[in-house]
Amino acid sequence: MSTVVKAGRFGMFGGQYVPETLMNALTELEREYKKCLEDQEFWSEYHYYLREYSGRPTPLYFAANLTKALGGGRIYLKREDLNHTGAHKINNVIGQVLLAKRMGKTRIIAETGAGQHGVATATICAMMNLTCEIYMGEEDVRRQELNVFRMELLGAKVNAVSSGTRTLKDATNEAIRDWVTNVDDTFYVIGSVVGPHPYPSMVRDFQRIIGDEVKEQILALAGRLPDYLVACVGGGSNAMGLFYPFVDDHDVKLWGVEAAGQGLDTGKHAATISRGSPGVIHGMMTYLLQDSEGQILPVHSISAGLDYPGVGPEHAYLHQTGRAGYAAITDQEALEAFKLLSKTEGIIPALESAHAVAYVQKLAPRTSRDELIVVNLSGRGDKDVYSVLETLKGGGPA
Amino acid sequence: MRVRSVFTNLIQHGRKALIPYITAGDPELAVTEEIVMAMVQAGADIVELGVPYSDPLADGVVIQRAAQRALEAGTNLHKVFELVESLNSKISVPIVLLVYFNPVYQYGLEKFIQKCVSAGAAGMIIPDLPLEERAEITSIIEAGGYPIDLIPLVAPTSRERIGKVVEGASGFVYAISSKGVTGVRKQFSGELESFIGQIRSATELPVALGFGIGDVETVEKVKEFVDGVILGSVLVQMIEEAAAKEEAIAKVSGFIAELRKVLG
Ligand SMILES: Cc1ncc(COP(=O)(O)O)c(C=O)c1O
Repeated sequence: MSTVVKAGRFGMFGGQYVPETLMNALTELEREYKKCLEDQEFWSEYHYYLREYSGRPTPLYFAANLTKALGGGRIYLKREDLNHTGAHKINNVIGQVLLAKRMGKTRIIAETGAGQHGVATATICAMMNLTCEIYMGEEDVRRQELNVFRMELLGAKVNAVSSGTRTLKDATNEAIRDWVTNVDDTFYVIGSVVGPHPYPSMVRDFQRIIGDEVKEQILALAGRLPDYLVACVGGGSNAMGLFYPFVDDHDVKLWGVEAAGQGLDTGKHAATISRGSPGVIHGMMTYLLQDSEGQILPVHSISAGLDYPGVGPEHAYLHQTGRAGYAAITDQEALEAFKLLSKTEGIIPALESAHAVAYVQKLAPRTSRDELIVVNLSGRGDKDVYSVLETLKGGGPA
Repeated sequence: MRVRSVFTNLIQHGRKALIPYITAGDPELAVTEEIVMAMVQAGADIVELGVPYSDPLADGVVIQRAAQRALEAGTNLHKVFELVESLNSKISVPIVLLVYFNPVYQYGLEKFIQKCVSAGAAGMIIPDLPLEERAEITSIIEAGGYPIDLIPLVAPTSRERIGKVVEGASGFVYAISSKGVTGVRKQFSGELESFIGQIRSATELPVALGFGIGDVETVEKVKEFVDGVILGSVLVQMIEEAAAKEEAIAKVSGFIAELRKVLG
């Protein structure tokens, strides 16, 4: 195993494992992105849309009822669910689409799992008048029917992907294939901190607004940094966005929460870091769920947004170095948390975010009353209400 | 035999290399072996064998489906190496493996190369291992002195990268005919010839053109300026559509024989 640390790597993780056809496009993307990093005008435009269009900053809400119910540390909810379109995904989309416009690209493509990233991309493309095509696995099209309709309303074309396991992994393969074919005029807006360099760093930079705001807000509310940050991890963008500004604050414990599906020992889960091993998927070296021959395994989660066999390379690195911990929550536990937050706080979380809440349910009672826990409520649960109803009627998680 | 000497021979005689691709284990390994034998009999110069992978992101639907069928039939690396070994005892044309990087990485880079060499594979093509990521594997090949070629891919978008991509490479250069994934197309960029010219000015290696070539007319056109042609999806589709293996063998080898006539 190479220990060479190269540009575009987080330790041994990251890199650019893509067909040669895409290499110049990645180099150009990196060059243009670096230019934007230094460009005040770019960031003021980005912040303008976050503020005026998406409604940032999102509140950091002290969840008094949940805190009382769990009987431990003080729990704060970072309300990413209050963003326009209902999830953190839009932070990243605004950044990438602004970059695409600067690069003169006229056609936007994206993959989506739960449909949240697809909806956010379709939304920004509608607002900025760009052509938009979304790739979504057939299985997810079925699970998230409402989001498909939303994307179509917003003027996007939704391509159902029937290859492989028909979920997020395959939608991502198909988006990459589209990009290889239409690389001249097309910008691929990746929805998480995954993919070949520079995507994982770029998406993190567009999501770090979450952590930057939390830092300011918790200092104002509590006068000190939090003890725990908790976020769900699919590809890892909401977690990376929350964690990143705190990585050098060593007293702040970072917890990523993966999907344990029907249980870590059932083979039906998406707990990539807990149960995976290093390998290559979607252009990056990272942890992934694979068999002994390197074939990528089917994954399962009740939440389409966590149903992914890989994870962002920076998480792989935070795990390997021990800076962040990664726990896993089952479908059943997530459903319980979904109901708990709805009843105690009057907030229906996305099933993805419910995984983070479920971990807090375990964590909080072990903490003392003066400890501070921030949990990222990455999205709202409206999109999941129907499938939760079906699941509860059916007597348990599918 | 090494890939390079095949080209040297052909070039001396004014002929072009005919390089068919099929996916190993589609529909099953025993049939793959029979098809390869028939293709060689019909005039193939080098055989490219695809190692089936769950997530072949450089491939179009035809080869994706072939990989899926092969995996469902229980194809794995061990069995692919057995096939290569068995073929090698029966035919003298070089076999080149098309394999995605993750299976190679899981096997262990050096172990994989050793296994290729002992089974008798002459080369490998790793479509998701660009220049930026290939240093480790090329240094293993060099340090071990392994007689195997890592065939570099050059794309129409490579432009100023071409020189670096072909630097230190061996075997031949795989020129990708158009942007996109594998799969038969009718339209090719009018700039194909100048694209091949750019590659030639960067290397002495033979250049073979692939991706999307599926009919005799296209082969007629491009043979003037390349050293070889690679055809995959068109053959894989014949195998997919055949009602029985005899039909697959007859169709594929008939088509190869036809191409042989065109390529001299
Ligand atoms: C609400 C919500 N949270 C979390 C995720 C998981 O993505 P990530 O791990 O990149 O934040 C998704 C993905 O669709 C989502 O919709």
